Amino acid sequence: MAETTNGDAFVAFERVQKSYDGETLVVKDLNLAMPKGEFLTMLGPSGSGKTTCLMMLAGFETATHGEIKLAGKPINNIPPHKRGIGMVFQNYALFPHMTVAENLAFPLEVRGMGKSAREEKIKNALDMVQMGSFGGRRPAQLSGGQQQRIALARALVFEPELVLMDEPLGALDKQLRETLQFEITNLAHELGITVVYVTHDQTEALTMSDRVAVFDDGRIQQLAAPDVLYEAPENSFVAQFIGENNTFEGTVKEIRGETCIVELDGGEVIDAKPVNVGGVGERTKVSIRPERVEYNKDRLQEGAHTLKAEVLEFIYMGDIFRTRLRVAGRDDFVIKTRNAPDQVRLEPGSQIEIGWLPEDCRALDA
Amino acid sequence: MTDASADRVTGPTPDTAIRDAERQDGPMLAADGTPLKSALGKALRRQKLRALMLIAPLLLFIMVTFIAPIADMLFRSVENDIVSQTLPRTVVALDDWEYDSGEVPSEEVFEAFARDLAIAAERKDHTRLGSRLNYETTGISSLFRQSGRGVDEIGEPQMDALEELNEDSIEPFAWAAFMGTEDWAAEVEAWDADQQGLAPVFRPNNEAVAAFPETVQLYSAYAETARIAEDSAWDEDPFPIVFHVFAQELAEADPARLADIPGPAGLDLVAAREAIAALDIPSTRDAFLEIDEDWADPEVWGTIKAFSSPYTAGYYLAAMDLAKTPAGVEPVDEDQRIYRTLFLRTMVLSLTITGSCILLGYPIAWLLANLPLRTANVLMILVLLPFWTSLLVRTSAWKVLLQQQGVINDILVWAGLVGDGSRLVLINNATGTIIAMTHILLPFMILPLYSVMKTIDPSYLRAAKSLGATNWTAFWRVYFPNSVPGIGAGSILVFILAIGYYITPEIVGGTKGVFISNRIAYHISSSLNWGLAAALGTMLLALVLLLYWLYDRMVGIDNVKLGG
Ligand SMILES: Nc1ncnc2c1ncn2[C@@H]1O[C@H](COP(=O)(O)OP(=O)(O)O)[C@@H](O)[C@H]1O
Ligand SMILES: [Mg+2]
Repeated sequence: MAETTNGDAFVAFERVQKSYDGETLVVKDLNLAMPKGEFLTMLGPSGSGKTTCLMMLAGFETATHGEIKLAGKPINNIPPHKRGIGMVFQNYALFPHMTVAENLAFPLEVRGMGKSAREEKIKNALDMVQMGSFGGRRPAQLSGGQQQRIALARALVFEPELVLMDEPLGALDKQLRETLQFEITNLAHELGITVVYVTHDQTEALTMSDRVAVFDDGRIQQLAAPDVLYEAPENSFVAQFIGENNTFEGTVKEIRGETCIVELDGGEVIDAKPVNVGGVGERTKVSIRPERVEYNKDRLQEGAHTLKAEVLEFIYMGDIFRTRLRVAGRDDFVIKTRNAPDQVRLEPGSQIEIGWLPEDCRALDA
Repeated sequence: MTDASADRVTGPTPDTAIRDAERQDGPMLAADGTPLKSALGKALRRQKLRALMLIAPLLLFIMVTFIAPIADMLFRSVENDIVSQTLPRTVVALDDWEYDSGEVPSEEVFEAFARDLAIAAERKDHTRLGSRLNYETTGISSLFRQSGRGVDEIGEPQMDALEELNEDSIEPFAWAAFMGTEDWAAEVEAWDADQQGLAPVFRPNNEAVAAFPETVQLYSAYAETARIAEDSAWDEDPFPIVFHVFAQELAEADPARLADIPGPAGLDLVAAREAIAALDIPSTRDAFLEIDEDWADPEVWGTIKAFSSPYTAGYYLAAMDLAKTPAGVEPVDEDQRIYRTLFLRTMVLSLTITGSCILLGYPIAWLLANLPLRTANVLMILVLLPFWTSLLVRTSAWKVLLQQQGVINDILVWAGLVGDGSRLVLINNATGTIIAMTHILLPFMILPLYSVMKTIDPSYLRAAKSLGATNWTAFWRVYFPNSVPGIGAGSILVFILAIGYYITPEIVGGTKGVFISNRIAYHISSSLNWGLAAALGTMLLALVLLLYWLYDRMVGIDNVKLGG
């Protein structure tokens, strides 16, 4: 949100609300501004309102309240077919009664483009997704990955400036998904198109996007670049949802500038960075990434608080070691260490002390 | 189940066995030493047999209720053995006669006909034959009925002459002894005492056969007729025609030989011959012309000859407003042509009904497929509601609604749309049939359409619109083509049902709105011309198959879906 002001945003949601039944808000007060050429992903659990937002942008649903702007103009009253937005659906939505080439010709035909110009564009679009020789096939004769490539080509063939994709890779196997993720990002950047991409897969979101909007409960919980999102989650939902995190609940005891002291429910005291806490005496959820936990006392700061831990399980995972500990009454505390020659392998049953840098442990909303 | 799983454990599975057999040179042997191929064949045969037994009840049911009636209908539409069965001698005699000669047939033909008709008249077959031939040439029915009565006279004078010579010579028992073997005569007499079951079958004696072969033939027919009627040759008087033939044979016989043959009841055959020669018997032809002078009409004989073969295309010709006249195939009189018009009307109205079902059903099916489930369910009940009401009630309701003094006309007049004097004629014509049948057949269009539309993913429409298509283009280029299989299935269903519909056109169709099926029903239940009904039915069947084939060629039958 910081990079663009709403004035020159290419796509903008302003105070958008959506209710299907007049009782519950599926989208609550959505504000979003995207610059041209950005690849933005909407990430969130199922039912969080991602598709609804996409459909409002495409024009298939109307916003109950608020305004959606495209290139500075409100589009609330423009019908979908005049918005010129390309769309890729999860189930591909290729027209089964048309060949691949006819599918691609469709958007060009309805725009009144001549036959030769059409053929040229179709050929280019098919080559772009490496499906040049499949023009004569019917969708039913293609595999899922091939169909999605065609769907992509169809959404791009009429050169839209904005393309929406709703979980386009959801139905594909992992390997294919990774290849296509890579190809889609490359294409988007090559063509300079603006993309709004919906997924519930965080890896996909983090690897593909310029920025990720984390959705929950009809709101954007955080909108930031992938690294910011991972390293500096602004609330406990984002911290939980992105990557792996250890959390404790407790009460803020003291705030001193960039650090604070939190007393856990079991009486232990730890250091944390106050990110999203009200003030002294408030409840908080602290979260710490498994790879930021330190059990080598020498590396900890002078005077840092530590916690006693018992090693429960040691898992060798090749590139990393994953160790499960019992800490402060919880036995799901995980630490990850890199597999290096000097790395200690913790024996189950041994007692250790763990700690961390205050800035790695974020005190968030309860 | 148990033996199948046992197979799987102990022996090779069928396909590995085949693969093994292909790999090796010699025949593979099963565990018990028999060649694997035959063991396999046996196992598969058993499977097939079991499968066949499972569907056997259905197969039997279909054979009895579907295949057999259709086969019977096909057979009846060409079958025509009534002429050759009832008039066997006439048919043979007519071989030498040509209709084109324009002449009345020869005495021989009349002679043969007299014998056939006399027997048929006793068996009451002649009226049936008369009705059959009446389909082809009107007037034959009454001609046959009348002549059936008159033919009794032929032979009467000869009979009287014999009676005069010897009173007993025309009595049944005398003739039984004269014509039959002694054993048979005895058996008949014994049977006559208690009359249990049917009388014994007639067995002619050799002397009679040698001397009077034709008389024996006719007597035999008489004896059989009596026997079938649960009577016997012992108490029924022989038919006059027997005496007619007997008299002819007497006249032709060598008098010297006659003296040696004992006649019935000891009748002196030489004297009988003389007595009969003294009678002034008219020719059989004259006798028939006396009964009815229509027998001089070559038309009548031509009809008999034209329909004398056991199979005929006559019913089919009639179904196409053609007639097989003695002179060849000709169109029937203008005022009697109805079938072509009816077939054409059946087709046109059925197509119109199918068309209006598509027009009315498509939007409803679309609503059903796209509304929220709860609303759609209510709508579905409304669609199915007519199915729960009797067809007769629904059709009669239309009668009430559509009458000139009916509800619809009343409303139109009340609204000032039509004048009171010019109320619309909505019933007892084609309009009535179209309206009522569209209503009745509509669910058969909606249901397949609905089930196909239900499978069309809503994202197709969204995709089309996102690609720049207007609502109409998206519908026409994307949604509609995907719903065509439903239209196809619904149309076939509605059209085939409509083409054979009968109750509704009968009630609301008047004369201008009835279908070919109404005519078929008429021939089955009123005119009893089952052959024509069968021919019409067969043509209807052929028409449906033809249209089905055309549809397959144009649209493709795999393009018909009744659901996902
Ligand atoms: N057409 C609709 N009618 C009523 N409710 C809907 C409709 N579409 C989605 N919803 C509801 O809105 C919420 C958000 O749905 P959606 O936007 O599809 O979430 P997501 O795509 O993030 O999984 C869900 O609770 C869903 O039940
Ligand atoms: Mg969704």
